[in-house]
Amino acid sequence: MTNRRTLLTASLSGLSLAMLGGTASFAQAATTSGKFVFIILRGAMDGLTAVVPYGDPNYRSFRGAIALDGPGGPNGTLPLVDGFGLHPALKEMHGLWQKGQMSFMHAAASPYRERSHFDAQDLLEAGTAQLTSARSGWLNRALALLPNGPSQEGVAIGRTIPLVLRGPAKATSWAPPLAPKSDGDTLARLSDLYAGDAMLSNALAMAIETDEIADGGTMLSGNAGRGRQGTFAPLASAAARILAAPGGPAGAVLSFEGWDTHANQGGAQGQLANRLEALDTAVKALQEGLGPVWANTTVVIATEFGRTVRINGTGGTDHGTGGVSFLLGGAVKGGKMLGDWPGLSRLYEDRDLVPANDVRQLFAQGLTNAWGLDRQAVLSRVFTT
Amino acid sequence: MSLNAVIAANRFGLGARPGELAQIARDPKAWLLSQVGQSQSTNIRSDGLLSSAQAFEALQSYQEARAAQRRTEASPSPAVNVDERVRLADLVGQTTGREIEARIQHAVTTQAPFAERWVQFWSNHFTMAVRNLQTTPFPGSFEREAIRPHVWGRFEDLLVKADTHVGMLIYLDQAQSIGPNSQAAQTQQGRRRAAGLNENLAREILELHTLGADGGYSQADVTEFARALTGWTVAGPRLRRLAQGSRVGTTIFVSELHEPGSRTILGKNFPAAGERQALDILAHLARQPSVAKRIAFKVAQHFVADDPPPALVARLETSFRQSSGDLSQLAKTLIQSPEAWAPETRKFKTPNDFLISTMRASGAKTTSTQALRATFEQLGQTPWRAPSPKGWADVASEWAAPDAILKRIDWANLAADVIGETFQPIAFAESALGPALTDKTRTSISRAQTARQGIVLALMSPEFQRR
Repeated sequence: MTNRRTLLTASLSGLSLAMLGGTASFAQAATTSGKFVFIILRGAMDGLTAVVPYGDPNYRSFRGAIALDGPGGPNGTLPLVDGFGLHPALKEMHGLWQKGQMSFMHAAASPYRERSHFDAQDLLEAGTAQLTSARSGWLNRALALLPNGPSQEGVAIGRTIPLVLRGPAKATSWAPPLAPKSDGDTLARLSDLYAGDAMLSNALAMAIETDEIADGGTMLSGNAGRGRQGTFAPLASAAARILAAPGGPAGAVLSFEGWDTHANQGGAQGQLANRLEALDTAVKALQEGLGPVWANTTVVIATEFGRTVRINGTGGTDHGTGGVSFLLGGAVKGGKMLGDWPGLSRLYEDRDLVPANDVRQLFAQGLTNAWGLDRQAVLSRVFTT
Repeated sequence: MSLNAVIAANRFGLGARPGELAQIARDPKAWLLSQVGQSQSTNIRSDGLLSSAQAFEALQSYQEARAAQRRTEASPSPAVNVDERVRLADLVGQTTGREIEARIQHAVTTQAPFAERWVQFWSNHFTMAVRNLQTTPFPGSFEREAIRPHVWGRFEDLLVKADTHVGMLIYLDQAQSIGPNSQAAQTQQGRRRAAGLNENLAREILELHTLGADGGYSQADVTEFARALTGWTVAGPRLRRLAQGSRVGTTIFVSELHEPGSRTILGKNFPAAGERQALDILAHLARQPSVAKRIAFKVAQHFVADDPPPALVARLETSFRQSSGDLSQLAKTLIQSPEAWAPETRKFKTPNDFLISTMRASGAKTTSTQALRATFEQLGQTPWRAPSPKGWADVASEWAAPDAILKRIDWANLAADVIGETFQPIAFAESALGPALTDKTRTSISRAQTARQGIVLALMSPEFQRR
């Protein structure tokens, strides 16, 4: 990894990636036999719950009721490196860590420093230093560097191709035949929006109630029906099937939604734990679906930004900056904590985890790892400023 | 930008296309008034649409092929051309499909959306819907031939065009109605056919098209009117001799089918005059005060509020009466009425208008009919499939059922994916709603987890759902 101090300074000052140095990799012939999967967690996953810095002296006081413990206790996390534990719902991913097939980067962020989900997702996907009118994504630009052939292609699991996969290289999409219902979170937001409109709010409340009963309950708390968790694993299986087919695409992108936990986030159990479990199940489904191809697979899991370090008055967290990202897969030499840990003694804007590490470094590492691309070529031609 | 631009686009029209609000804002009233009386803006230009006579011929060919096939199945001898039957069935089916496509396409792209609302209002007032095989190919040509060219003229003319159109004559069973004492009924053939009166069209004209259920007519008036209407029919194969060379599939008056004698309706005598008799009655009906009152109420309810302001209804009624049912004048009166510009949004969009306005807001230039037809169906308002001659309901309680709201949200979720490829959520909401976008909705959209969710919130916001 890069020199930590350089990286920190560069990130905070918004300097371009080209300045970040980075260890030059040996020039290799790029190949499409490797598979690259990008999983976007839309809504901003709370990094401090996914990878708990239980060893940080300030962690408990900031997190209060939703704090988790180090390995061993009843709210215990799963051991990573000293002082950091993985959320107990992420069992499969912890298994990969133990096999040396997973690394993580904490305090990771794109160059985005505002608080809009979709602008942040756009920048995360564009891979540029700032939002521009250019409409291509880094995964697509990376695919363009691969040799021509049937596998020089990316597939989006979903009804449309997200920005990260748009651009000059060939991209396609696959969606389950049945259109998903709108999710419980959207319905909850509409319920708020309809306060003051008696007709719409009554109709929606009744519809939610009916739907909840039909689905066996817990619609808005998110375990069934219109909760989205159940939908992660089938999407991952579908991605695996498409990638593993002969001549299948070299890259895939999946979007998992519903991480915006402003209220009742929960700790070892609860809303966010359920999402994490669904993510974990999806990683397992991906691995199982890929079979022998898993050995050539690199997966990057990232979110648009982290969440506030302090919990808010409703047991949740608000939009933050530094978050956590994962690099995993059969092709990954892992077991490492990547990047710098800025600690919790000083917060970004007195509220967020300091964005010490540019998440694009992790993306570049993943692409290099998956396809044997030249790291400098990736940095200069994919993650353009 | 003033709120009036949004009111003109949403309440009077079918929702703003990108950039349209700014254009309307220069003078919202003038923008609406400029659409009144313009026949070119109400006409649909699209290739491959069949006239009602052509549609009638296609249907006849199909039915003959089907009958021929049935005969062959009963006693299989010479080969019947199954492919030909399928081809003809497709032709009939495609007639409807092309009509729906053309109608949606026009509504989504028209630069005169108030004129299109006005057309769709009258098309619903004179509902001609698909009810069975016989009615399938006609609603499109009915609307293009009987409604669109006449919505800016006099009510009486529109009434005559609509109720004597081939589609309506078939839909409300007038085509089969025969005077019991007519010449045709006296023949042996007529008696075999059990020829008789059908009151359906007469009843619906009185109840739905003119006076209204409480309009003060009696059953005797219905029967008398039905007698007067006999003779008005469609030139078809069964009437080959009587039609005397008229083109198949067109409206004709056959005096041999007409019930002789004078008629008394609403206490007024209409002397025996053949073809003129029914037309005179229609003219008399159109002038009844209850018609002015009823049309005024329906227009106000359609555009302004489920429970419309009495002052507005009164003004529209006066306009209708004083202008002898001049529909351009009626539209102008509506546009000039202060009640129609109240900032409160008191109308809830029908599924049709929700879908059309979403597509307009997205800037869509073409539409994929197949997917869209399924959507209109799911949301409960397939074009020309109104469940009865009464047409689609015009009050929120009929459209805002819990399940219906959920279906809108689910569809918005699909639409948002596509819209999100060209729009940022806030920019989309601003483009569609302008100053009507509330701070509350803006905040909610800006806090959405994904761009798609933001667009769903914009589409499902009270200000987009209402007008």
